[in-house]
Amino acid sequence: MSVTTASEARRGFSFSEYITCLNGIVWREALRFLHQRERFVSALVRPLVWLFIFAAGFRQVLGISIIPPYETYILYEVYIAPGLMAMIQLFNGMQSSLSMVYDREMGNMRTLLVSPLPRGYLLFCKLLAGTAVSLLQVYAFLLIAWFWDIAPPTIGYLTVLPALILSGLMLGALGMLISSGIKQLENFAGVMNFVIFPMFFASSALYPLWRVQEGSPMLYYVCEFNPFTHAVELIRFALYGQLNLVSLAVVGGCTAVFMIGAIYAYDPSRGLVRRGPGGGET
Amino acid sequence: MTVPDAHIVSQTAPVAAALPALAIGHVSHSYGPRRALIDVDFSVAPASFTALLGLNGAGKSTLFSLVTRLFGIQTGQISIFGHDISRAPGEALRLLGVVFQPRTLDLDLSLTQNLLYHAALHGISRREARLRSAEVLDRIKLSDRAGSKVRDLSGGQMRRLEIARALLHRPRLLLLDEATVGLDVKARADILDHVRQLVTEQGIGVLWATHLFDEIKPSDDLVVLHQGKVLAKGPVSRVMAEAGAQDVNTTFMRLTGAATIGGTPA
Repeated sequence: MSVTTASEARRGFSFSEYITCLNGIVWREALRFLHQRERFVSALVRPLVWLFIFAAGFRQVLGISIIPPYETYILYEVYIAPGLMAMIQLFNGMQSSLSMVYDREMGNMRTLLVSPLPRGYLLFCKLLAGTAVSLLQVYAFLLIAWFWDIAPPTIGYLTVLPALILSGLMLGALGMLISSGIKQLENFAGVMNFVIFPMFFASSALYPLWRVQEGSPMLYYVCEFNPFTHAVELIRFALYGQLNLVSLAVVGGCTAVFMIGAIYAYDPSRGLVRRGPGGGET
Repeated sequence: MTVPDAHIVSQTAPVAAALPALAIGHVSHSYGPRRALIDVDFSVAPASFTALLGLNGAGKSTLFSLVTRLFGIQTGQISIFGHDISRAPGEALRLLGVVFQPRTLDLDLSLTQNLLYHAALHGISRREARLRSAEVLDRIKLSDRAGSKVRDLSGGQMRRLEIARALLHRPRLLLLDEATVGLDVKARADILDHVRQLVTEQGIGVLWATHLFDEIKPSDDLVVLHQGKVLAKGPVSRVMAEAGAQDVNTTFMRLTGAATIGGTPA
C-alpha cells in the first residue's frame, strides 16, 4: 500500500504522452468509421451521384471558360470535383460533430473528457481525427473519379493534402462550434439544413463565381464571404500544384477562429443536465 | 474475482504526511434557480471505502460531475490528493479512476480496443497498454473475450470491464456512481467484493455512490446526502449511534424522514 501526496504526483505531460493520446483518438475514430460500412458507402455515394448524374446532365448547360488554375477548357465534371471533395469534408465535419453530440448524450464523451490531458488539446485531437477520416473518404473519391477521367496531375494528389487537412480542420471546427450550442441530438437536423446546404450552394463548388455574379451580384458577395468557397478554391488550386493565397488566408483564419471558439464554447454539461433527475444526472 | 498485484498500482513511495484522497470543501452547485448541492463538505481517506448514500436526485451525480471536471465548480473547492481540480486538473485527474452511472464503453469496439483507447487518453504507450490490458482482462476473467465486441457482454461483465478500465492507469482514488444498478444479486456482490479488495490490498480510496442500504458495511465510512445537503458523515457505526439507530436503513429514515421499501429508500 502506498501513500500519495500532492508533491509526489508527476506534473505536466511529456511530448510522447501527447502523441500517444493523439494516436489513440485518431485510431478510435478510424475504427469506428471502418466499422460503420454504411457511413463509408454513403459518404462516397453522395459526391458520386453529383459527379455521375448531376454533372453529366449539366455538362451541356454550364460551359466553363478558362479560369485559373485550369489552362484549357475543362469538362464540368472536372470543375466540380474539388467542390465535391470539399463537400465530403463538409458532411464529415458536421457528422463528426453529430457524433460528439451523440457521445455526449450517451456518455461516451465522458471517457474522453476525464482524461488528464488538457481539454483543449483533447478537442483538437478529436478534430484531427475527424479530418483524418475525411481524408480517407476524399482519396477514395479521387480514386473512383480517376476512372471517370478526372485525373489531375499526379503531383496534385500530394499537393492537395495540406489543403485538405486545413479545410477539414476548418469545417470540423465549425461543426464543433455549432454542436457546442446544441443541447440535444434532435436539434442537429435543423442545423444541417441551415448550415450545410446554404454553405454548399452559395459557393464556387458547383459554378464559378463569375457566373454567379452575372446572375446575382448580391449572391456573388455572399459566396465571396462564404468560407466554404475558399476551402473549395484552396483545394482546387492545390490539386493543380498551385497556391491560392487569399483562400489560404481565409481558410487559415477561419480555422483558427472556429477552433478557438469551439474549444472555448464546448461545455460537456450540455446534454448531461438536460436529462435532469429522471436521467440520473443530478 | 482476483485483484491486481499490489506493485502494479504502487507508483509512489510511502511518505509520512498523507493527504485525503478526495477533499470536497463547501461545494454548492445550482442549475439555474434549482440548487443541486448546498455546502457539501467531506473527505475520503486513502485506503478507505466511503459510501455516498442518497436517494435518486440527492445530488450524487452532480457531485461526481464536479469531481471529474465535467462541470465547472461554482462555489467551494475539490482536491484529489491535494491537487485542486480547478487549478491543477491534469495532476488531479491522473490520480482518479471513475465509473459513471451510464455505461461509457464503446459497444462496437472490442474489449481490448476499449482498454487501449482509455490507455491512450492517459498517455500510456501502446506496448505498455497491451500488457496492462492483458493483465486486467485476465484478472476479471474475460481474457477469452478480449476480441469480442463489448455489446456481446452481459451487464455484469460490462461493469467489471469498466472498473478494470478505470484502474488501467493505476489511479489512487476510484469513484463509482451507482455501479451495480441493473445487475443481478450475484453480479452486484462480485463487483462490491472486487472493489473492497482494491481498498484493502492496494490502498485505493473509494467513493461508492449508492441508494442501496445493503451495499454498506459497518466498517465503511458513510456520507448521507439528501436534497443536496450532507446530513451525516463519518464511520457507519458512529453515524448510526448518533441517529440512535441499529441499522443503516433506520438511520437513513431518521435522518431524512423518508419512507423506505425493503433495502431501497423510496
